[in-house]
Amino acid sequence: MISNTLPLSLTDNPILSQWIAFEEKGRVRIATGKVEIGQGILTAMTQIAAEELDVTPEQVRMVSGETDVSPAEYFTSGSYSVAVGGAAIRLVCAEVRSLFLDRAAEALGCKASELSVEGGKFLRAGKDTGRDYWSMSGEIKLDRRASGTAPTKLPSTYRIVGKSLPRLDLPAKVAGAAFIHDIAPEDVVHARVLRRPWRHARLVAFDEAAVRKAAKAPVDTLREGDFVAFTGASELAVSRAAEAARASARWEGGMPAPDNIGDREWLKAQPAKSRTVENGLPGRAQGRVVEAEYSRPFLTYGSIGPACALAEFKDGALKVWSHTQGPSIQRDWLARALGMETKQVTVFHRQGAGAYGHNTADDAAFDACYIATRMPGRTIRVQWPREDEFLAAPISTAMAIKLRAVLDDENKPADWTIEIWSPPHAQRPGMNGNSNFTGAEALPNPPPQKELNDIGDDRGGGATRNGVAIYDLPRHRLIHHMIPGAPLRTSSLRGLGAWANVYAIESFIDELAEAAGEDPVSYRLALLSDPRPHRVVETAAQMSGWFDKRNLGEGRALGFGFARYKNIASFAAVVAEVEVDQDVRLKRIWCAADAGLVISPDGAKNQIEGGIIQGASFAMRERVRFEGGKVATATWADYPILRFSDIPEIDIELIDNPNEPTLGLGEASVGPTGAAIGNAVARALGKRIRDLPLTRDRIAATLLAE
Amino acid sequence: MTERFSFVVNGYPAEVTADGTAPLLSVLRDELNLRGSRYGCGTEQCGACMVLIDGVPAYSCTRDTASVAGRRVTTVEGLSSNGALSPLQQAFLDEQAGQCGYCLSGILVSASALLAKNPNPSRAEIVTALDPHLCRCGMHNRVIRAVQRAAAGGST
Repeated sequence: MISNTLPLSLTDNPILSQWIAFEEKGRVRIATGKVEIGQGILTAMTQIAAEELDVTPEQVRMVSGETDVSPAEYFTSGSYSVAVGGAAIRLVCAEVRSLFLDRAAEALGCKASELSVEGGKFLRAGKDTGRDYWSMSGEIKLDRRASGTAPTKLPSTYRIVGKSLPRLDLPAKVAGAAFIHDIAPEDVVHARVLRRPWRHARLVAFDEAAVRKAAKAPVDTLREGDFVAFTGASELAVSRAAEAARASARWEGGMPAPDNIGDREWLKAQPAKSRTVENGLPGRAQGRVVEAEYSRPFLTYGSIGPACALAEFKDGALKVWSHTQGPSIQRDWLARALGMETKQVTVFHRQGAGAYGHNTADDAAFDACYIATRMPGRTIRVQWPREDEFLAAPISTAMAIKLRAVLDDENKPADWTIEIWSPPHAQRPGMNGNSNFTGAEALPNPPPQKELNDIGDDRGGGATRNGVAIYDLPRHRLIHHMIPGAPLRTSSLRGLGAWANVYAIESFIDELAEAAGEDPVSYRLALLSDPRPHRVVETAAQMSGWFDKRNLGEGRALGFGFARYKNIASFAAVVAEVEVDQDVRLKRIWCAADAGLVISPDGAKNQIEGGIIQGASFAMRERVRFEGGKVATATWADYPILRFSDIPEIDIELIDNPNEPTLGLGEASVGPTGAAIGNAVARALGKRIRDLPLTRDRIAATLLAE
Repeated sequence: MTERFSFVVNGYPAEVTADGTAPLLSVLRDELNLRGSRYGCGTEQCGACMVLIDGVPAYSCTRDTASVAGRRVTTVEGLSSNGALSPLQQAFLDEQAGQCGYCLSGILVSASALLAKNPNPSRAEIVTALDPHLCRCGMHNRVIRAVQRAAAGGST
């Protein structure tokens, strides 16, 4: 049964008219605060609305992330969009349908149950009554609170939800249109901003003559404190000016990063706020002890399209076009950072390249807005260069994880401790009361940074996300060392801490199975008493022929990884087949997932496969390195990601569970994939690599050790 | 210093006044208003800017505009005709080969050159042709299937 408890999106935006309107004949306008970041969310939302209203998907027009119109729904993150935002739209549409049908029944002198809806028209015994949503929209006021009590459809009656509706945004994208980067008003002012090499660096000087010479066309310089922008009519000229400025800029002070930042030893040596959370039976168990330590490096989100934003400040009103993940939060914090009232600022979400977490979209928006306030009446367009995406973007933090288990007589963990060292995983706009716009920090007298905390466990945790293993563990202890003083803007990347925690936990489970002399999948199944995860693990094992492929030959092996994202969202089990010589090669990947009610099976598989490839890339290739105080991996050559020639065939099976609530899916396969590859590599090599990534250097070092 | 350059873009003659060292990408986007070719890295490392020059894939982000004078340039906009998607573009829709879609312009251009030269490419040949292109969303297998589908006349 789909729960009718009010989702957060609806309690925050309780008025029906915040969500829905029948303005244009034959069309329904559905507003959402969730935004398209490449995951197909607007298509899924369209399906949900069309289903509950009994209109066709073509009749639905989504308005997404426009702050004057759309409900404020926090960030498009955490795999919450369908589960929370979609749930709100389902309840709103069910209630609106019911209000209209009750009124139509009253007018027609019949029962509402005698009426049905097709294409928005109301039918009685299959015959058109002449009434529809549009002819009656004047009679029913939607500026009323949602009750959330109208019955939603039974999943068994769905006609649109559960079918793979083609993505609504793809036709424009294969034709070469659709991105914020392509908005080009007449007389636009192009701008580039000089970025600081590390946090709080002070600009000593840059070579202004070299900048003018490089630009080859008129360019203006705007400087306030350490915020320097080059503006002009020619994008090429401002981009050349900014490159020359970067090449010649001299910096001092601030917080340069040490070269070893993020290493396991560095993390464990940092001052930290520590806490312990104990669960289960009291006391400690005695027995055989197994321990292991793991780590992950800093990662960048690495969107293929660098950030872009436009802004216009006119008659006291600031309009902003941004590919932010949180339009309403961005509006609030742009206003605060610029000393304006919230009502002066309107954010219009426009699509950018894929966002896999807190990228530079919000920073670009601040840049454009700040420059706009200095050039009233003009439209400012800021484009970030690729190098700044590597050097100045928020960064996904390194983590160290130690696991310790005490095994009972049956070799099951009787006592389990996970200890996590990590800076916070969230410094989006507004988090901890900081604007967190990199441009705002460069202005004179920036507000002092408020104390950093990580996302609370009640909201899925940051470093502790998936820190609690899903297995039957009678005694569980989690120790979290939150490192507040890292000299970097550590923030959210797909899955936050989950990726590393799942890597560590699933590696450790394999190590325990090995200590017990048991098969890793059988060992997992014996620790999963809940039938739902049990089935997911069994399905992946079956798909891959796990139990028939015990010996694939030298240097070749299967590995298993499993998790339930955040322990409340989708379940995903992944099997990876690898071949290892000097490098790791992926041969094949299988994934079984349970996401409850799936809105679009093809869309879900697309998300799972994308997560698999991204998770594999994180695990096999990716690491941000530091030198001379700043990021040293400033190009794709320094920061390789998986390419076409690295990608194996991937089989995905969705476990059909339409009567269970939709579970967030977008991040679910990332962690299990890394773990499956790590476990496969360990089995192929006969030695385990506990510090990611699984590169040629690490393989060589691991084989040489001991 | 600006000069006048003539070349053929998507079958039509184009004349621009530009700095000859300006990258072709900026001339296509800013002067000719063909905004489908994408800025990704500016250093020939991601393939988002790929165009065809006389039918051969080339990075437009580093290509001097002067060097294409008198030549034929094809961008993603040139793959469709009269607003109708090409069979290759349609195959991408049929396979739902896209998430964010930012890399697709360049990939479509490279794939069209491959199919023009080799109407029945193997999976390995498709991979080789597309390996210069980065995709961060993880669409690789769908893209390969889309190219295979287009090669088979949309019937796979």
